[in-house]
Amino acid sequence: MLLSIRSLTKTFPGTLALDGVDFDLATGEVHALLGENGAGKSTLIKCLTGAYHRDGGTVALDGAEIAPRSTVEAQELGIGTVYQEVNLLPNLTVAQNLMFGREPRRFGLINTRAMRAEAREMLRQYGLELDVDRDLGNYSVAIQQIIAIARAVALSGKVLILDEPTASLDAREVEMVFDVVRGLRERGLGIVFVSHFLDQVFELTDRVTVLRNGRKIVTERTADLDRMSLIEHMLGRALEEEVEQQGAGKAAATHPDLLHFEGVGRHGVIEPFDLTIGQGEVVGLAGLLGSGRTESAELIFGVRPAQTGSARDEKGALDLKSPRAAIAAGFGFAPEDRKTDGIVADLSIRENIVLGLQAQRGWARPIPRAEQNRLAEDYIRRLDIRTSGREKPVGDLSGGNQQKVVLARWLAMNPRFLILDEPTRGIDVGAHAEILRLIHDLTGAGMSVLVISSEIEELVAVSDRVIVLRDRRHVAELRGERVAPDAIMRAIARDGTGDGETARCC
Amino acid sequence: MLLKRIAPQLIALAALVLLVTLVYPGFLDISFNDGRLVGPVVDVLKRGAPVALLAVGMTLVIATRGIDLSVGTTMAICGAVAAWAIASGWGLAPALLLALAAGGIAGLWNGLLVAVVGIQPFVATLILMTMGRGIAQLITEGRILTFNHPGFAFFGSGTILGLPVPAWLWLLTGAGVALLMRRSALGMLIEATGINRRASALAGVNATVLLIAVYVASGLCAALAGIVVTADIRGADANNSGLWLELDAILAVVIGGNSLLGGRFSILAALLGALIIQTIDTGILLAGFPSEYNLVIKAALVLVILVLQSPRIAAEWRIWRKSQRASREALAERSRT
Amino acid sequence: MKTRTLLGTTAALMISTTAAMAEGETVGFAQIGSESGWRAAETALTKQQAEERGIDLRFSDAQQKQENQIAAIRSFIAQGIDAILLAPVVATGWDSVLEEAQEAEIPVVLLDRQVDSSDELYLTAVGSNLVHEGEVAGEWLVNAVGDQECRIVELQGTTGSTPAIDRKTGFENVIAGHDNMEIVRSQTGDFTRAQGKEVMESFLQAENGGKDICALYAHNDDMAVGAIQAIREAGLAPGKDILIVSIDGVPDIFKAMADGEANATVELTPNMAGPAFDALEAYWADGTAPEKFIQTESRLFTQDDDPMGEYETRKGLGY
Repeated sequence: MLLSIRSLTKTFPGTLALDGVDFDLATGEVHALLGENGAGKSTLIKCLTGAYHRDGGTVALDGAEIAPRSTVEAQELGIGTVYQEVNLLPNLTVAQNLMFGREPRRFGLINTRAMRAEAREMLRQYGLELDVDRDLGNYSVAIQQIIAIARAVALSGKVLILDEPTASLDAREVEMVFDVVRGLRERGLGIVFVSHFLDQVFELTDRVTVLRNGRKIVTERTADLDRMSLIEHMLGRALEEEVEQQGAGKAAATHPDLLHFEGVGRHGVIEPFDLTIGQGEVVGLAGLLGSGRTESAELIFGVRPAQTGSARDEKGALDLKSPRAAIAAGFGFAPEDRKTDGIVADLSIRENIVLGLQAQRGWARPIPRAEQNRLAEDYIRRLDIRTSGREKPVGDLSGGNQQKVVLARWLAMNPRFLILDEPTRGIDVGAHAEILRLIHDLTGAGMSVLVISSEIEELVAVSDRVIVLRDRRHVAELRGERVAPDAIMRAIARDGTGDGETARCC
Repeated sequence: MLLKRIAPQLIALAALVLLVTLVYPGFLDISFNDGRLVGPVVDVLKRGAPVALLAVGMTLVIATRGIDLSVGTTMAICGAVAAWAIASGWGLAPALLLALAAGGIAGLWNGLLVAVVGIQPFVATLILMTMGRGIAQLITEGRILTFNHPGFAFFGSGTILGLPVPAWLWLLTGAGVALLMRRSALGMLIEATGINRRASALAGVNATVLLIAVYVASGLCAALAGIVVTADIRGADANNSGLWLELDAILAVVIGGNSLLGGRFSILAALLGALIIQTIDTGILLAGFPSEYNLVIKAALVLVILVLQSPRIAAEWRIWRKSQRASREALAERSRT
Repeated sequence: MKTRTLLGTTAALMISTTAAMAEGETVGFAQIGSESGWRAAETALTKQQAEERGIDLRFSDAQQKQENQIAAIRSFIAQGIDAILLAPVVATGWDSVLEEAQEAEIPVVLLDRQVDSSDELYLTAVGSNLVHEGEVAGEWLVNAVGDQECRIVELQGTTGSTPAIDRKTGFENVIAGHDNMEIVRSQTGDFTRAQGKEVMESFLQAENGGKDICALYAHNDDMAVGAIQAIREAGLAPGKDILIVSIDGVPDIFKAMADGEANATVELTPNMAGPAFDALEAYWADGTAPEKFIQTESRLFTQDDDPMGEYETRKGLGY
């Protein structure tokens, strides 16, 4: 093996980003690294390139253990990286970019002629004939990407990590880059390929490793996989028994309509969609990363203003121009990124819990301290928030407990409609099941819930109805018995949308 | 809890008073003449008024992760407005109201630039800082606009119950704002906005209005400071009124242990910071050093205070003390066996 | 130029008043800006002087920027005017533009401030002597106190500025020979009214409530006006319990003198243009080259010099 990773572990305060991950890379192999947001792909790459330092496990290159402290050190060891955004200087010439930092020198001065010749020779290996004296910015992104690859290979020469290299390229350009990658494979390099374009994974790669929630799910030969099973690996199938049981007793109960959204959309963000939420109903939003799940929720909650569409309840029209308006309408929203959008890290658990309620009452009517204490103690007990006291800064808690504090903030306000975006991401298994049980209890008490999740089993377990999104559109709606992993995955994988029942496309 | 928060500032102030008393033994003398208290300490309370008033507003702005560089200039504008109104015979109450209105408008301008347009606070308030002195000069027509109005001059040099009016102004403003922050929910909402504006807005906090409000508060505090300074010299000096005072105000907030990154704040500690700065200034004047040393001495003292307050030094100190205690205990253990 | 000189001479023969000699001449004035009341008064007086003499004055306000002044001078040269008045914002960087003026045979007169260029490049410079101002103030105080013991406090200008250094030197030169006079406290008041007041308060505090102070010497009138308020608020009579002498001659100090609260001021005249036009008229008339530095009078004003009348004439000048 060229590169061999064993039990790689990396923790951040509150989250376990990598949990004992194994990963192998052979010479002359293109190995895809896949996973949803937060699965641990970028953490793994940063541990390899020296941007992060691992907490546990081993990384061996050519059999020797390595622990790079910086990207420069990683390059010297033989590991080079090319990112989605070209990491070169557009106002320098092609030759200068290629030779930057290792220019051929004569009498201490840069030998321009030798530099040009060497740069030209480098590019010829990639089948490129360019004027190396022109500024890099004059060339297309694809050419720039290839030049970046050439530079990375020249600097390192053993392992090449391509992090979403094709994200801003068109089909013809992708082919150009792929030809270069194939050439490098023949020269015996090991290449790690990160992408969320599954077609490209099947076209280019030899093996696939899928990460989910910081754990390695599977490593397989690409040829042995089909699209469905790959999506299954990425979105998860097996879940705790307990959750399974919760989902099992669910009947196709009828829910009186509570909210209607019609034609809600925003250009370039999400196509206009209709959505009806019943009282006490759990609606799940399923889809791959970037399919428009979070964006749908943000439009409903007024985080981003909708350009089209309307909302109404049984009393009449609702104006959802801002989160404050949505809250006034009885909505709540626990966002996906707890750290930046959820908690207020330096404030105490008590203050975080009462924050929403206090904002709703207005600054002039402070919640009495005794009432604040009672609320905080109540939710710490009910949601089993593990802390040494209500006055501890919420930033010191683990990820699962932070999520519970955000939930407590909303529950304290007793909303009629609660949106939960990835409520279980990055939290441990115990807390995971607790949160799913909580959703169950809330809807039992009449609250309506919209759940967004990358984990299909989780959606199946909690949802009465699942809406499937693809390419920024709501493409299918599944209810009753159709709320099952296979049906959801088929809908995501553009499979079975022709089915009469599921194709209630919007 | 409260005492623990302001302990570093109290200790610094006490140490500073001790130091000044060593150089100028009469520093703590207070006498009572013609119904007014007289003495260096009273001077500190009076002369510290502009920076203390600015520090009240600046604390709120900094708590939202902002900064208000325009307060010194706003002082000049408000002083000029007040002096102009008095000189044009509008009378005391309209003059004061106009000056406060000018401060409020200046704050509103800053607040809109920061909260609605989305310009960085440093740059947004720099605009008024640069432009405002020109506005003040237009009002005073480039000269020192003097007036003779005992009622207005009272705000600069009058006394109530023996204490100078400027001292009363900042004591009451400071206490009033501090109470408002802690007795209402404003304190917590401002802190939440400063720590994480996006999360606060998603939780329903009206962050935009709060941001505008703190800049308006800062503008009103600057207006009060401008009134004090103008009333004190019975004239509006557009060129020099409040010049560089924004920096002293920021310094007072920082000496008060408030983080420039926003979040938790203490107005009381910032006021102590203002007193520390003024004690240094008055101490230097009383000590009679040559003028060339003024700024060097001030900078050195501020540096010492900030270094002693730095969390890292405090942590090192705790570790050192713990290790000392541990080794002492180990020693005692050994001698026992 | 030659025709003009001829015409001028003829005119002088015919009417034989200086005022008429400059009739119809055009002079450009590159002013620094309007940063202080004194500067505004200088501008007002220059315009007034030009009008009295029938000179066509072209005025340019550089707003504290040298490049604006250079641009203004170049435009004056292009217009082919007869002379240029320049109040330079800084001392350096004038060589090339002054050479251009010389090639165009346009005389340049510097007002109020000096430049580092060779004095070949300008006709003359009009200005005050800062050391001399301090000396005049000191001499007044020496005469006023006679043989009595006198403990003096001094309010300096901005630390390190030329006026602060020179005015201090001049004053010290004079009192050095008088053992009964001593500067006991000296601090900067930054040339401002507010600082003058604050620093004076600390002087009073430190000198037995002001009872040990015999006189105040302030480097400018604004600081003296602030100090007068501090003295009054301390329960003493400014101008009587503590003698007050300062420099500049701004209107407010004349008002204080009229009220008996200030004793003397040394005028830094804003009328720099008067001597400048005199020199130019002599030069236009017969080519007389003036001295390279024309020192303006540092006139002393006391309470006996009709301060109220002086106040009235000055307050309209834009101070």
